[in-house]
Amino acid sequence: MKAPRFAYIRPESLDEVLELLAEHGDDARILAGGQSLMPTLNMRLSRPRLLIDINRIEELKGISFEDGTVRIGALARHGEVMTSSIVAEHLPMIAEAMPHVAHVAIRNRGTFGGSIALADPAAELPACAVALGAEFVLANKRGRRNVAARSFFNGLYETERADDELLVETRIPAIESGYRSSFMELARRHGDFALAGVCCHARVDGNVLSDVRLAYFGSEDRPRFADGASAAAEGKAWSEDVKEAVKTALGDDLDPIGNFHASAATRLHLARVLTGRAIDRMVAAG
Amino acid sequence: MEEFADIELTVNGEKIAKRVEARQHLVDFLRIELGLTGSHLGCEHGVCGACTVRVDGSIVRGCLMLAIQADGADVWTIEGMSDAGEIEDLQEAFIARNALQCGYCTPGMLLTSAEMLEAGRKMTRAEIREFLSGNYCRCTGYHAIVDAVETVMESRFGG
Ligand SMILES: Cc1cc2nc3c(=O)[nH]c(=O)nc-3n(C[C@H](O)[C@H](O)[C@H](O)COP(=O)(O)OP(=O)(O)OC[C@H]3O[C@@H](n4cnc5c(N)ncnc54)[C@H](O)[C@@H]3O)c2cc1C
Ligand code: FES
Ligand code: FES
Repeated sequence: MKAPRFAYIRPESLDEVLELLAEHGDDARILAGGQSLMPTLNMRLSRPRLLIDINRIEELKGISFEDGTVRIGALARHGEVMTSSIVAEHLPMIAEAMPHVAHVAIRNRGTFGGSIALADPAAELPACAVALGAEFVLANKRGRRNVAARSFFNGLYETERADDELLVETRIPAIESGYRSSFMELARRHGDFALAGVCCHARVDGNVLSDVRLAYFGSEDRPRFADGASAAAEGKAWSEDVKEAVKTALGDDLDPIGNFHASAATRLHLARVLTGRAIDRMVAAG
Repeated sequence: MEEFADIELTVNGEKIAKRVEARQHLVDFLRIELGLTGSHLGCEHGVCGACTVRVDGSIVRGCLMLAIQADGADVWTIEGMSDAGEIEDLQEAFIARNALQCGYCTPGMLLTSAEMLEAGRKMTRAEIREFLSGNYCRCTGYHAIVDAVETVMESRFGG
């Protein structure tokens, strides 16, 4: 189908974007890569009066590393993140996740900020952000604030971002020495949204795990940090018994939503199997 | 804040200036305004890849980019890529391997394969399939398409 009518503006500065957001709020939509917004317009699931195209705002671009933190500009394209040497070195989980995000042509336009702002519960990057303790920088006309990834996602396509706020960048602590990451997902076809997925991050000493962080996507209405399962592995030498304890604990952490792609029970089962495999691989990687 | 705008861009090496409606996507612009009907529309929501075009050197979904956003861009479609001879060997391999039947997906398959060949190296069949995963073909079952791409990789980059 064809998109409904809307007005379009392509500001040249960040201040101009924030001014427009202050004025138009929910009547306007930010247009980043357009890889999720355009389908909803073409299917007429949404009818904004104005699109604010941020693609030419230089301040929102690029990936950099400083003082142990990686900054990913809202406009960094998926393809750019996938091939970034900074990401490969400091955020191995994200480097591992990127090939699972959509397909080449979509990665050439889709942006990191767009994935976070959209908050699709089956998307990879929001869950990585939750596992890695990322912070999102939001700006409006009056100023900026940082929101922790763990308190940013409120539900299906719902976040802490207010209508007049722009997501400017994501700040993620670089992996520290002694730590490892592992990412796994199951989808019916490569590049499709996940039926189940896990992001693991921990300190691994021999086969002993600490500071364990497990986050899940493709399970419920938002990425989920698994407190119980993470605690079940904390300080433990990885073994079949610990694996079983983690899988059992996961039953209390997750409350998967079933649909025609997979039932709730299937999703929980898949999340458990993936967790076992992902931690096996993380421990073996040393 | 307008629902129309004047844009200037290059399409297949030719400078174009037009007034477009903000809501018109790039493939409708190419097909309706410029008569370049080689770029197809299957789903118009990003899933099938029939609309693949090259913008500023990279392939994109032509149905998910507005024409107005191509202001200042360098756009290439299957017509221009064919005329330039850049993918002649690929097109011949598609014919030789029977990598098309109805041909609806073919322009998108060719543009995606062209980007894959730009990596300048042979890939495994699994890698080729992964690269083509965003392009649907309802006829061939993909096997022949993978054969065609593999053939060109072998001849361009050595057996
Ligand atoms: C066929 C297909 C398969 C896909 N598969 C996957 C997949 O496997 N995994 C995955 O994660 N994604 C997938 N995607 C989605 C893709 O990754 C999108 O690029 C991403 O979700 C949104 O990024 P975008 O830059 O395109 O955002 P847009 O589409 O431009 O915007 C999305 C939403 O976020 C808002 N927004 C964007 N940027 C900002 C900002 N800086 N500040 C505030 N609001 C903003 C917009 O207003 C809009 O509401 C797929 C898409 C398609 C079409
Ligand atoms: S028409 Fe663009 S992806 Fe199907
Ligand atoms: S040849 Fe018919 S869709 Fe591919």
